[in-house]
Amino acid sequence: MKQIRSLIVLLVVMLMPLAANASHQKEGQIDIPEMVLEHLSDSYEWHIASYEGKSLSIPLPIIVRSSATGDWTLCTAENLPANYFFDAEHHGKIYEKMPDGTSVRPLDLSITKTVAQIWIVVFVLIAVFLYCAHWYKNRDEKSEAPRGFVGLMEMFVMTIYDDVIKAAIGEKRFKPFAPYLLTVFFFIFTTNLLGLLPIFPGGANVTGNINITFFLAMCTMIAINLFGNKEYWKDIFWPHVPVFLKAPVPLMPVIEFFGVFTKPFALMVRLFANMMAGHAIILSFTCVIFLGWSLGVGYGIGLNTVSIIMMLFMNMLEVLVAFVQAYVFTLLSAVFIGLAQKDEEAEA
Amino acid sequence: MNFDTLPSILTPELGLLFWMLLAFLVVYFVLSRKGFPAIIAMVDKRSKYINESLKKAEQAASQLENIKQESEAMLQEAREKQASILKEAATTRDAIVEKAQEKAREESARILSEAKAEIEAQKQAAISELREQVAILSVEVSEKILRKKLGTDAAQMDYINQMLDEVTLNNK
Repeated sequence: MKQIRSLIVLLVVMLMPLAANASHQKEGQIDIPEMVLEHLSDSYEWHIASYEGKSLSIPLPIIVRSSATGDWTLCTAENLPANYFFDAEHHGKIYEKMPDGTSVRPLDLSITKTVAQIWIVVFVLIAVFLYCAHWYKNRDEKSEAPRGFVGLMEMFVMTIYDDVIKAAIGEKRFKPFAPYLLTVFFFIFTTNLLGLLPIFPGGANVTGNINITFFLAMCTMIAINLFGNKEYWKDIFWPHVPVFLKAPVPLMPVIEFFGVFTKPFALMVRLFANMMAGHAIILSFTCVIFLGWSLGVGYGIGLNTVSIIMMLFMNMLEVLVAFVQAYVFTLLSAVFIGLAQKDEEAEA
Repeated sequence: MNFDTLPSILTPELGLLFWMLLAFLVVYFVLSRKGFPAIIAMVDKRSKYINESLKKAEQAASQLENIKQESEAMLQEAREKQASILKEAATTRDAIVEKAQEKAREESARILSEAKAEIEAQKQAAISELREQVAILSVEVSEKILRKKLGTDAAQMDYINQMLDEVTLNNK
């Protein structure tokens, strides 16, 4: 499955220059890479639909702090003050015109589309789990097990708790890490699922943004190294290998030390690449519909049939991927944390 | 590194990181306080309860088995007791009847012997009385004879003896 997907990505990438050329040749031609990237990117408003040149979008608050004066500005994209502008050369991000004519990036804490999506996820998660907790409140262990939605959530939580966290970290030490790993799982899973919805309140590409996966990977890295025990650090700087591999040239320690950073890096890139690619493929197939119609009715019908079938297929696949990637991130985080919690008895 | 050539999803963004941190902390604190513990604690309690219930059920079953065996044993015992009591009663009854018969026999024998003794005594009394009467009669007879013919002694004695023999014979 992964190979098929990478093939498709490769195809899209290879077709990009062609499409780009075409758009240069003909006015009004559809620029697929541009469209796809635009949908993947963050923005200062939540675009919903465009019709005959007019676009319907939800305005989102822009919060910037001027580098020149230090004043905070709260506005929307429509009434941006004159000293700020959306710099097309920097992905349309807000830049500030300085008195000396140069432009700098101000401190930008805007509620962008991605941020808004994150908060929606946060509220969904809190609502879901408080509802579940409320369900349990008036019941004790003697009452029946929950059915329906609460039962589903219980099943989800306990699967991750028992089969992933407890299994990977070990019976003795998994408890302090469980809330973090469960939060990570449900955050990624919910974000991925909401990202598959085509319109508000979903559709933003959150886990396909390197900042988000970077943050999550950093959290895991902190959890690994901050709570790693003596055995873990000893294994990094004085591993169980023949002596000539660690002195005088510290070959293995250097490799092990790089491992400290490559583990979270792998986590970051894996989640980012998978989610970004999934979004990109679905968006590409969507764009193929428009491309087909712009080529003519015959092309339109033919290409549409193919792309609609492929889109449905990819969307279903993405639902699976949404779960698998959240699961893999949680599992690997748990495994790395578990590796940093080695037992001395287990070593001997 | 020039980030401008990269797509924006690959470039670092301070604002996004800040909001992500805030949002993640919020969701982490709410879920780790209110969300997960409720579910996990309840599932743990439930599994404990189920295990205990299973254990209890097993205990109850084994107890029931014990009770069954006990009651079976008690029933058996009761039956045996009943049989032995019946047997005992039969022997007691036999003994009592035997004893009573023995006593009755003894009693009858005693009564018979007493009666015999009585009869013997009566007989002896009657004989002695008879002898007395005979003596008196003989004296009277002899008196009468004496008065009449007290001539020859020898004839007299013969006569007396003849008379006595006759009396004795008559009395026999």
